[in-house]
Amino acid sequence: MTAAATPSRFRENIAAALGDERLRGLSPHVQSLIAARAEAAARLPEFEALRDSARAIKDHALAHLDLYLEAFERKATEAGGQVHYARDAAEATATIVDLCKAHGAKTVVKGKSMVSEEIGLNAALDRAGIAAVETDLGEYVVQLREERPSHIIAPAIHLTRKDYEAAFRRAHRDLPADRDLSQPERLLAEARAILRAKFLAADVGITGANFLVAETGAAIVVTNEGNGDLCQVLPKVHIVVASIEKVVPTLNDVAQILRVLARSATGQGMAVYTTAAVGPRRPGDPDGPEEWHVVLVDNGRSAMLGGPFRDMLRCIRCGACMNHCPVYETIGGLAYGWIYAGPMGAVLTPSLIGVAEGGALATASTLCGRCEAACPMRIPLPALLRQWRERAFARALTPAGERFALGLWAFFAKRPALYRLTTGLATRALALVGRARGRFSWLPFASGWTRSRDLAAPQGATFQSRWRAKSGRVK
Amino acid sequence: MNARDEIFAAVRRSLGVTGNEAPRRAAVEARLAATPTGIIPRRGRGEAAERLATFKAEAARAEASVVEAAALADLPAEVARFLAENHLPATLRVGDDARLAALPWEAAGLEISRGPSDGDDANAASAAFAGVAESGTLALVSGADNPTTLAFLPETHIVVLFAADLVGDYESAFARLRAARPSPRALNFITGPSRSADIEETLLIGAHGPRRLHVIVVAAS
Repeated sequence: MTAAATPSRFRENIAAALGDERLRGLSPHVQSLIAARAEAAARLPEFEALRDSARAIKDHALAHLDLYLEAFERKATEAGGQVHYARDAAEATATIVDLCKAHGAKTVVKGKSMVSEEIGLNAALDRAGIAAVETDLGEYVVQLREERPSHIIAPAIHLTRKDYEAAFRRAHRDLPADRDLSQPERLLAEARAILRAKFLAADVGITGANFLVAETGAAIVVTNEGNGDLCQVLPKVHIVVASIEKVVPTLNDVAQILRVLARSATGQGMAVYTTAAVGPRRPGDPDGPEEWHVVLVDNGRSAMLGGPFRDMLRCIRCGACMNHCPVYETIGGLAYGWIYAGPMGAVLTPSLIGVAEGGALATASTLCGRCEAACPMRIPLPALLRQWRERAFARALTPAGERFALGLWAFFAKRPALYRLTTGLATRALALVGRARGRFSWLPFASGWTRSRDLAAPQGATFQSRWRAKSGRVK
Repeated sequence: MNARDEIFAAVRRSLGVTGNEAPRRAAVEARLAATPTGIIPRRGRGEAAERLATFKAEAARAEASVVEAAALADLPAEVARFLAENHLPATLRVGDDARLAALPWEAAGLEISRGPSDGDDANAASAAFAGVAESGTLALVSGADNPTTLAFLPETHIVVLFAADLVGDYESAFARLRAARPSPRALNFITGPSRSADIEETLLIGAHGPRRLHVIVVAAS
């Protein structure tokens, strides 16, 4: 699959993903992340209460977003930082490209940032003749392969060590061709050496931010590799690019959310590096950037704030919803066709690029509820997915066959007596016909199911009639 | 309208506010001034000995090694021992932190260099601003005393944590940060050595930052 996959071609993307042997390897990875989260949550008795606390903090911050943005801007500016605003992706990339050009930058090192993917920053820098190097190991290999990340915190979760090896051999042509890259340790050592040189040579470092702190003006960056810190501390200029909903009131509020972030993401009690930095180096500081910029990006957030998808702005990009999603586990992240995958991606994507382009993603869910159960910020993802389905239906974006079937079902569902009669008859008829084999290998209108497996024949009564019979006996 | 004004206008339109409502402004100012704490896990609380035990256990979970030193004067020998035991060169880079700078490192056979790292140092030592028991986390602050590059570029980072600076939770570390003068540019929370699990979810220690994080807790004198 290539980066050309788009959300509007979701069905084709899914078909391609289901045929991709490599994605069969995804399941053990997400299962290990699920187990790690469960263990970490169980080790902290206050975990569930912290989820409530974290949700309340973000709800409060969003309800007062204008004022906390003002406070953040004031503090960041007082510390010598420069705050820029961008309404959309084009404005954000233009601002960053201009900053890089003003410093004559040739190379830029980047920490992993979803919003930079969202605004297409690397392509914009490339067009300006500036080489942007991703430094998170997974992002780096994804960049070498000219792909997109397939997971928020594990961008290369869809790749194997062989894929890394092939990408490194293609890109690192100065190294001996007969070197051993068969083990993950060797791959990491090679990437570390190559990227260390890039860090030391870069003119500008660009990172995202996990939080912006109104109390101090600091941007907080969380990583395990330390690449985000090298991006911040080595180049002469550090540019933070962050969407406006990242602002939280105080450091103490950050502490609440940090306690659920890493536990939900990887099962760590705390990520290895959590750095809160504000402004350029101070007099007497021997290291740190000479200039510090924050580019605050709206790109659809202010509109989400006023609609039914405001809850989605609580998202802290931990990836727990995708780990827990059976659909994500089966098709991987690239099939979603844009930047954000899994349940959060299916809710956020149509909010940012429109329901016509991104609405199909909301169909990729059984609404099983595991995402909501795992979400540290208690975002009601299934309810939001249903909202998008309703909107797609209302705007006649749903395929004609599906609309007809839904209309037909609605006709009967609104007439309970008729519904009971027809479903009762149909169930008995199917039970009669299927009695011999107990299952069907083909049924009209059900080829989507029966193409790859049999449909079990009903046993003779409908769910409703059995429920009535049973509820007569229970209190 | 410029981008800033338009974004603020859009946010306020969506929230149905003007931005001038006194109760909203008061609520925000109060929160920023009072910095209320939320839920603080029980795990980090307790007396000093309990905190130290929690810190050591949690740091070990994060793959850091932790030893205790009875006195500051024991540091050079302890560092020399750790480096020799791990077959590392007997070199050390340190900042201007007076507590570390004054120690007789050379007498322990260590070759000392000073200042920020340019990437060529095998080992560095920093003094922690605080330790956080609940997750075995170290808090370092930027500045000439303990340059930030020392925590990220060398392959081995040794952190000296004075027992009196070991707090239970992040909130206590933040309280110390608010009181620090001059206020540092950066606060680095560090929990174990750098790592990546990007290749097939295999945990590998030593990504872009140090491969080893060794903590020496110096007992309160």
